Amino acid sequence: MEKEIVTLKEKLNVVGKPKRRVDAKEKVIGKALYVDDLRFPGMLYGKVKRSIYPRARIRVIDTSKAKALKGVVAVLTAKDIPGKNMVPIIVEDMPLLAEREVRYIGEALALVAASSKRTAEEALKLIKVDYEPLTPVTSPIDALKNTSPKIYGENNIVISYKLRKGDVESGFREADVIIEREYRTGYQEHVYLEPQGIIAVPGPNGSMVIYGSLQCPHYVQKAVSYVTGIGMNKVRVVQVETGGGFGGKEDVPSWVAGYTAVLAYRTNKPVKLIYDREEDILSTSKRHPAIIKYRTGAKKTGELTAVEVKYILDAGAYATLSIPVLWRGTVHAVGPYKCPNIKVDSLAVATNKVPCGAFRGFGTPQVIFAHESQMDLLAEEIGMDPIDLRLKNALEEGDQTATGQVLRESVGLKETIRRAAELSNWHRKRREYSLLKGVKRRGIGISTVFYGVSLGAAGKHLDKAASLVHVFPDGSVVVFQSLTEIGQGQRTVIAQIASESLGVKFEDVYVQQADTSIVPDSGPTVASRGTLMPGMAVIDACKRIKKRLAAVAAEMLNTTPENLVFENGEVYNVYKPGKGMLFKEVVKEAYNRRVNLGAEGWFEAPFTSFNPETGQGEPYFVYSYATHIAEVEVDVETGKVDVLKVTAVHDSGKIINPATASGQVEGGILQGLGYALMEELQEKDGYILNPNLTDYLIPTSMDAPEIEVSFVEARYSKGPFGAKGIGEPSIMPTAAAILNAVSHAIGVRVFSLPATPEKIYWTIKGSGRYT
Amino acid sequence: MGEIIEFTVNGLKRRIEVEPNELLINVIRGKLGLTGTKYGCGIGECGSCTVLIDGEPALSCLTLAIEVDGREIVTIEGIAENELNHIQEAFLDQGAVQCGFCTPGMIIMAKYLLNKKRNPTEKEIKEHIKGNLCRCTGYINIIKAIKEAAEKMQNSNVKAISKEL
Repeated sequence: MEKEIVTLKEKLNVVGKPKRRVDAKEKVIGKALYVDDLRFPGMLYGKVKRSIYPRARIRVIDTSKAKALKGVVAVLTAKDIPGKNMVPIIVEDMPLLAEREVRYIGEALALVAASSKRTAEEALKLIKVDYEPLTPVTSPIDALKNTSPKIYGENNIVISYKLRKGDVESGFREADVIIEREYRTGYQEHVYLEPQGIIAVPGPNGSMVIYGSLQCPHYVQKAVSYVTGIGMNKVRVVQVETGGGFGGKEDVPSWVAGYTAVLAYRTNKPVKLIYDREEDILSTSKRHPAIIKYRTGAKKTGELTAVEVKYILDAGAYATLSIPVLWRGTVHAVGPYKCPNIKVDSLAVATNKVPCGAFRGFGTPQVIFAHESQMDLLAEEIGMDPIDLRLKNALEEGDQTATGQVLRESVGLKETIRRAAELSNWHRKRREYSLLKGVKRRGIGISTVFYGVSLGAAGKHLDKAASLVHVFPDGSVVVFQSLTEIGQGQRTVIAQIASESLGVKFEDVYVQQADTSIVPDSGPTVASRGTLMPGMAVIDACKRIKKRLAAVAAEMLNTTPENLVFENGEVYNVYKPGKGMLFKEVVKEAYNRRVNLGAEGWFEAPFTSFNPETGQGEPYFVYSYATHIAEVEVDVETGKVDVLKVTAVHDSGKIINPATASGQVEGGILQGLGYALMEELQEKDGYILNPNLTDYLIPTSMDAPEIEVSFVEARYSKGPFGAKGIGEPSIMPTAAAILNAVSHAIGVRVFSLPATPEKIYWTIKGSGRYT
Repeated sequence: MGEIIEFTVNGLKRRIEVEPNELLINVIRGKLGLTGTKYGCGIGECGSCTVLIDGEPALSCLTLAIEVDGREIVTIEGIAENELNHIQEAFLDQGAVQCGFCTPGMIIMAKYLLNKKRNPTEKEIKEHIKGNLCRCTGYINIIKAIKEAAEKMQNSNVKAISKEL
């Protein structure tokens, strides 16, 4: 069978085709059910009372008036939590409800369940909290000072990493040119269009079902079990249609579900808890603000000789996902380049602000902005074209990454650079735009990235996936797996993989939404692992079923299993095409013979390693690569930037569905454009000043540039049909490419994100140009 | 106390008691169970709750229910008749749907635009949907879908007319 799949199935019928999304029809007719669309008999509405101070001691929480309000069923504080008052993320430092101290504005203090949402809101106002305000620490630089109040552990450092390769000092001595700069990046808010929401439904025998808008059902299952004390075997998490995630529904639903489950447990009623937009922006995770100090040494001919990076993340009040975010950022800090001498030190520092967490890119867009700005500064310094400089240093097969990992296969990086240059007419435009005069200047800029697919060595214990596939007597197929569809097209891609693997028609495969009671723990839907990991598990299950069917079909067709081809709902002898049978005829016969046509599939991530002392090892089992080239027009009198075009070339291995993959890239580019130019969450003394979509701007249709997407498909031998991952690489290069284009246009550089018109205006003013 | 209002929703006459301060979105989603209209921000910033009132787009999260007394409302559930209409088909064709949360509002806006204008330019489409936020698609395929729908509608009009002739 192994041989058959490899040799006879080179021709793909479903994989690689732009199949229509399996979930789209329900969405265009308004029938797709999101969590707020569900109702249960006797359902109550939950609300969360939140801290109004960034740091304060809690003297008393008086809930008596709220409890007395008509329609209020429960008002709960920390002491009412039936299980542990702890949200299990990576480390256990964050209580579900603050008990003695609050550490950020928006931290949860008390919960209300009432017969209506309005009553629950009224009740919140009646909860009186007596605070003793304390001096907050709101900047990571302040937090690192000896004099700073200690708000996290002994030194306010949540986690730190280092990476050492070669000898960085001798590398700088060898350099002809050294570029040293500091970069800063701000928050980025996810703005999934659907706010956070969960419904918890208590069931018989002390069980509980959770329906929710979420990325990681197995995380939520664990969290609900923790806070309610209910065994994991009685907690069932069902993901319902989810209106976007982008990392924002990775860990946050664990505590949203925690609140809801505790209310449901105490009231013994279904409880629905849906966040308001303002509440969502104030209290949920975001992309970490960062400070990056970067020093690059290179030869006059362009070869990098040394890179030294200090990377500081503003973690917020609790660790949540800062640990893996910083780890990924550290491993990716040098970019997709060869360099013999490297020193990276990174820190995530606690502050009295909302905890930052996962956002598409996961700690890399910040360092990419730095390393890609550095590359352009270097190119300028030595008088080299930015493309040539990147090609000179870009990783290829056989090269070593910053962690000493030798790349053995599937390295399409250089081809992404070359193709992007060609598709964008880089050389001509670079030359022509440089000559422009007047108020409107144009620029073209590049950024190049690599991205370690899946969880890597830091999350290897979680990095596996399961599937369950059933073939029914009518020949139709159901696939269960527990990574989630959050808009990216995951269910469609999994249906394509199952359809191709079994040789059935795409329309005959149905992929169920994730349910923890059906599929073994498959880890989170993060890290661009939604195709590769469950895809391999689905192939595994399909192979088992196909082997059993092949035994039956071989007898029916009077041949041996090796000669059989399963294709498009038919089964035939490869030497007698056109004389086969329908797949469902074989299935029918298999049922008559009592053959088991259900199978479980399993996949464990390939080898990874990481030495915490040196930062050396093989942190990821494979990498995706991407190059974006952005063209901009800048009004030098106002600082306003129009992005005209982005050319995006991605190597994500075999593309299972070019339509959904392009959709990922286009969406990622617009999020990256927002990060580059406009998305600015304003924070002062721990208060977020613009928790709404009028003052926190995300790109609209008017900001959408022309986008040209192209794929380099350097196949990965251990991925499904050679696929790697696309979700996160799609946003990663964009902001840096745009900033490099802006710099090309105006001749001066902006060193912090977002590059708002005001910032660009003042940068131009400060440079003394155009006066 | 509540007031009785009468209005048409997706072609059906409705008679409902509403509070004076009750918002249309709550009536549509809660009392009528038409959950296709989405609640994304509650303050008119995102466009997810867009419906047509007497053929004009309106944000149902900023509209009082009593204002629609005697008027005609179309929600996403009222767009398809027996089968998908051209706009919905084009959204499927062009991959204009990802998470789907903005989709109902986008389709309502597209319907309004194409009712007004048979052959809008790309710039007009962009201008028209700028109040409807989408965080997944980058708008690219939504714009393409509306264009495709316009073209299909024109073609089918031409076919219908030539049949009559």
